Amino acid sequence: MEALTGTPPEATVPATVVDLGSSSVRDLNQALHAPDAALRATHWRVLNPRGAHSVACGLTEDLSVDIEGHVGYYCAGMNQRATVAVHGNAGVGVAENMMSGTVRVRGNASQSAGATAHGGLIVVEGDAAARCGISMKGVDIVVGGSVGHMSAFMGQAGRLVVCGDAGDGLGDSLYEARLYVKGTVKSLGADCVEKPVREEHLAELAELLKAAEIDEDPAAFRRYGSARGLYHFQVDNAGAY
Amino acid sequence: MYDDLSALGLRESATFDRATIHGIQRAATTGVYDIRGWGAKRRLPHFDDLLFLGASMSRYPLEGYRERCGTDVILGTRNARYPLHLDIPVTIAGMSFGSLSANAKEALGRGATTAGTSTTTGDGGMTPEERGQSKTLVYQYLPSRYGMNPDDLRKADAIEVVLGQGAKPGGGGMLLGQKITDRVAGMRTLPVGVDQRSACRHPDWTGPDDLTIKILELREITDWEKPVYVKIGATRTYYDVKLAVHAGADVVVVDGMQGGTAATQEVFIEHVGIPTLAAIPQAVQALQELGVHRQVQLIVSGGIRTGADVAKAIALGADAVAIGTAALIALGDNHPRHDAEYRALGSAAGYFDDFQDGRDPAGISTQDEVLAARLDPVEGGRRLANYLRVLTMEAQTIARACGKAHLHHLEPEDLVALTLESAAMARVPLAGTDWIPGAHP
Ligand SMILES: Cc1cc2nc3c(=O)[nH]c(=O)nc-3n(C[C@H](O)[C@H](O)[C@H](O)COP(=O)(O)O)c2cc1C
Repeated sequence: MEALTGTPPEATVPATVVDLGSSSVRDLNQALHAPDAALRATHWRVLNPRGAHSVACGLTEDLSVDIEGHVGYYCAGMNQRATVAVHGNAGVGVAENMMSGTVRVRGNASQSAGATAHGGLIVVEGDAAARCGISMKGVDIVVGGSVGHMSAFMGQAGRLVVCGDAGDGLGDSLYEARLYVKGTVKSLGADCVEKPVREEHLAELAELLKAAEIDEDPAAFRRYGSARGLYHFQVDNAGAY
Repeated sequence: MYDDLSALGLRESATFDRATIHGIQRAATTGVYDIRGWGAKRRLPHFDDLLFLGASMSRYPLEGYRERCGTDVILGTRNARYPLHLDIPVTIAGMSFGSLSANAKEALGRGATTAGTSTTTGDGGMTPEERGQSKTLVYQYLPSRYGMNPDDLRKADAIEVVLGQGAKPGGGGMLLGQKITDRVAGMRTLPVGVDQRSACRHPDWTGPDDLTIKILELREITDWEKPVYVKIGATRTYYDVKLAVHAGADVVVVDGMQGGTAATQEVFIEHVGIPTLAAIPQAVQALQELGVHRQVQLIVSGGIRTGADVAKAIALGADAVAIGTAALIALGDNHPRHDAEYRALGSAAGYFDDFQDGRDPAGISTQDEVLAARLDPVEGGRRLANYLRVLTMEAQTIARACGKAHLHHLEPEDLVALTLESAAMARVPLAGTDWIPGAHP
């Protein structure tokens, strides 16, 4: 791989630069996965991603990766421990099944952002499309803008914070994920209800917004969660299934 | 009793037989559809409807215990750095921890390892018992992503992207609350005791073009080491296999409608999908037309019981088969020694299919600690290994009789069909004729 060295003038820590204009995603990921931690730089810059898929996926170490441009599907997929920033928009399934670490999208994110993710923090500074946080299993997701329809569908655990509006069917078939929305909710999905915001919720929101570095007043949000009415199959609920 | 009634001149309706009448009565009483385990119970065209033409004048057979008849199979040669090399072409199908006890999963791993084959995780993730006892373990990647963990993905020997199962193509999963114990709930990140629904579609991709990108992601995460399988329930098999190959599958798993399940609506099990026999030639045709038959391997499941079934599936073009229900029976499922307990549950030995219910007297499809302790994983593993060896020896017996030095040398030309339906589906001639119904000369 060429261009494995070089320090961008604006970076504080010397970064290893990989230019996807000349290197492949395979080369990049292989280098990021290299087993010998001592040989590995802790700060990486990825240039010219040009919508490539699977950029910086499957990371396991405490690395910091700045991607300078737009990425395709599954950027930072299954991330563990690493901090990945996309200075652009992200395609489908950004940080899908993330376990830990932080993924930040400076632009907008496509469908299924943070799908099934188990842990860590995902920040989308712009909007996220449909199914944001689908089947989320413990991740925290903070969206600066709005989310599309069926967000947090079957959400099992974790928290979704939406500073804009939510589309149709928010929290459909929700298990135990907690949802906060500042703007309007077009409609709630089956078994998702508004719940009172208590002190502990304000505190949790303040913490999440702070971690996401997003300046919003926790008191402006409403909370939604599972009515737990579909937890056991009952024929009287047939219309909701 | 039946005879007594017919002596009275009473006649059972073929349309409304006793099971049908009971089903209507049950629906009227409960207001809920019937959910059960096992696979389709209706009679379907199957491997029993095919026969082998042994060697005689124009072909000569191999000597029973003297001449070699190879049984090994290599899976995942297309893209993976480390393809799997199995001693026998009979693998253990994916069955979830949750539907099965930890002891049962361990026993499956032990039996498979002893016999030189692979076993597979299921919906709900990988348990240490199963990884520890399975030399070769395939990790399922399912729509629910319950317990999906990149560390486990990297520990696996192959990855199986599950689109569907033969018992319920187009359906999601279900694990009823009584089986969601602390451990199962913890692995799936769910509250204890709730009915768990598994999605029917993957949450972050739809359609073959997305699948291509998803498979690339899985390869990137695992550094192109592992074979990637794609498992489909048999429906539009010809097209689905072509699309799976285009999407990059190294191995395609086709599960026919007889395939077992842990918990599915009866109406789904019996009325959706096509028989295994009909699916195999479609899959093989798709692979042949793409020029990848035997390069992209085909694993077939759904109703495999005997070495004859194994040999027939391979003769029709499969590279290997997978077994679910039969493996559970080998462990002790439906054993007559539990008959009294099966009857107390409203079933009987040989009929028990309430895998969803969690009260399995054999300790297999349960999370109840007392029941699960009845299955000794070492003894269970031994029984499964015995059974796998018998399947292999039976298949070899047939292959030698057909003059084949390897199971993979069996071919459609070795087969004839007993019925018009099976001849048309399997695309082999009706016995005693050269007629393949539906074949275009
Ligand atoms: C108890 C049980 C649990 C199963 N769990 C899964 C599963 O988690 N994932 C899956 O793809 N298939 C699952 N299956 C289907 C099997 O993988 C396989 O397709 C089927 O059992 C093959 O048919 P056979 O039972 O006739 O051998 C399950 C089957 C059974 C009997």
